[in-house]
Amino acid sequence: MSAAAGLGAAPRTAVIAPAGRLAVLRALRRRYLAGRLLLVTVLALAATAALVVWGVMAGSSDLGVGQTVLALLGAGEPSHEFIVRELRLPRVIGAVVVGLALGMSGALTQTFSRNPLATPDILGVTSGAAAGAVAAIVLGGGAYAVGSGLLGLGMPVVATIGALGTAAVVYGLSWRGGVDSYRLILIGIGATATLGGLTNYLMVRGSLSQAAAATQWLVGSLAGVTWTSVWPVLIVLLVITPLALTQTSALDIGQLGDEMSTGLGVPVQRHRIAVLVCAVVLCAAAVSAAGPVGFVAFVAPQLAQRLGRTPRPPLLASALLGAAMVTAADILGRAVLPWSVPVGIITAIIGAPYLIWLLTRRTAGGRSAA
Amino acid sequence: MSTAVPRIHAPAPEAPIAPAAAPAPAPVPEPAPVPALRARGLRLAYDGHVVVPEADLSIQAGTVTTLIGANGSGKSTLLKAFSRLLAPVAGTVELAGAPLHSQGARQVARQLSILPQKPLTPHATTVRDLVSRGRHPHQSLLRPWTRRDAAAVEEALVATGLRELADRDAASLSGGQLQRAWIALVLAQDAPTILLDEPTTFLDLSHQLEVLRIVRRINRERGATIVMVLHDLTLAARFSDRLVAIKDGCVVADGSPWEVLTPRVLREAFDLEASVVEDPHTGAPMIVPHEPADAADVARPTPPCADEVSLT
Repeated sequence: MSAAAGLGAAPRTAVIAPAGRLAVLRALRRRYLAGRLLLVTVLALAATAALVVWGVMAGSSDLGVGQTVLALLGAGEPSHEFIVRELRLPRVIGAVVVGLALGMSGALTQTFSRNPLATPDILGVTSGAAAGAVAAIVLGGGAYAVGSGLLGLGMPVVATIGALGTAAVVYGLSWRGGVDSYRLILIGIGATATLGGLTNYLMVRGSLSQAAAATQWLVGSLAGVTWTSVWPVLIVLLVITPLALTQTSALDIGQLGDEMSTGLGVPVQRHRIAVLVCAVVLCAAAVSAAGPVGFVAFVAPQLAQRLGRTPRPPLLASALLGAAMVTAADILGRAVLPWSVPVGIITAIIGAPYLIWLLTRRTAGGRSAA
Repeated sequence: MSTAVPRIHAPAPEAPIAPAAAPAPAPVPEPAPVPALRARGLRLAYDGHVVVPEADLSIQAGTVTTLIGANGSGKSTLLKAFSRLLAPVAGTVELAGAPLHSQGARQVARQLSILPQKPLTPHATTVRDLVSRGRHPHQSLLRPWTRRDAAAVEEALVATGLRELADRDAASLSGGQLQRAWIALVLAQDAPTILLDEPTTFLDLSHQLEVLRIVRRINRERGATIVMVLHDLTLAARFSDRLVAIKDGCVVADGSPWEVLTPRVLREAFDLEASVVEDPHTGAPMIVPHEPADAADVARPTPPCADEVSLT
């Protein structure tokens, strides 16, 4: 290596002039990379917006652009206004907020555990939220009724309790002087299985109509979404997103390992708890609104990271891609396919092969996050 | 202070091969009024298993101190306590006179930087971006990237000879280059005290020397206090002002390389029979391990490919 020889020879004073030029290059490069991520973010935003427009227009009763816009503005025919503003818009906006929450939740868990497999689905958080929600449906006596107070407000609370409880148990069990992502994932898989059993038990116990409602909901569906179920997710997003964004630089540093993070002044334990709570609350909010829509929290952050060529899943781009994914999947299942397919089934059909591909690729490459 | 440290050997009569008037390496400076780091009654344990029963150790500012000892002697554990990676069961660590564990994470990081044994190399990150992470403790939401941060990063890249590699992906570097990148990150952090846990492990000899030369230059040019753990005693002696030999979590010898590297200390701390000779180039002590008398033939390897290379 010529470096050792070069080292002694490089006097400090000679550094300053090229440093200025390098700083410019550096700024350009930063701008390019930041520009790439920015481009991905803007494109995801544009895609989501386009899908929202499509989603509002698509449906069994054909409305033109003009009629839709008029209805949105409150100047259309009353029947059109009802269709657009009370049936389609909540469903489309529901898809957007659920996708945003799932995408960001996945980006947070994948980043903090430094493992793409560590998504809320696999860590048991989704199952915890689902078990809580099914308990609310079955034990709370609420059928899959639209607009009931319990489903609107009670379910997010119960789902969040279930998700937070599961996260605390999984995190607590995998803690051994530090968190190893594989232990976290394995315990998460165990928790998912246990909670699946609990959910099934609740459904067997419940009445037939309750069980049917819970099944429909467990698939992950936006069919019953109303403004009542959209608001809680929106509020959670507005509260949690800024909180999650304050953790951005600590998440960057976290990619260097826990010891390095401590050395660089990240309060590691506090940071981890903050990230986990943000991820769990986002996931629980999404699940309480639409059921466990699978694989979005897994695929969207990975896609965002690959497209943006970033060291870790970027939070905002992941959220926006999640929104685009869920909205597109819902339109596909509702208006494009000849029969109605719940959104969770479509995301699973897209997401599962991706998971398998990622698993085989990791084994083949011999690369692990350990 | 060093007076509290138990010394096992009397240096002069114990160093048989060392010439009495050995060209002294850098003399150990007078203890500064406030040590850079100080451990008082430190008791360290993993899961209830005590590794360091009670350690008192002061590190003078502006010196290079190397902790040596056999595997499992507790030297890395001690360094972890200094790095606040391990909370002590009892006792305290003081950083420049103030208790370490009661200070904010960022505040400590501005005074103390650490290079752990195995940091993780992030994906899709250039060397310069990696080194830039070292500025984290100097930044906040209200005080983002500044010209001073950029200057510190460039300076660190130059000091480690990485300017040409600055735009390469860190994951594509060789082992020696990557280790220099980590040292550059620690340099960019610009802390007066730097802890390095086995910074030369997994490197070949020339890259070990390269890393240690950089470390010594950081000490000489920036006046940084360096505390590190090394396994190679000869390199430790060559690049350190002070060696601290540790066995079973206790300090068994503490002083200049010539004071510490004696046959008696080597026997005590490493269970090693060895002579200590003077390095003809640097005048630092050099370890020559003995072979048991009857093993002279065993020690000489039988060449399997004798006629392959002519060495004459």
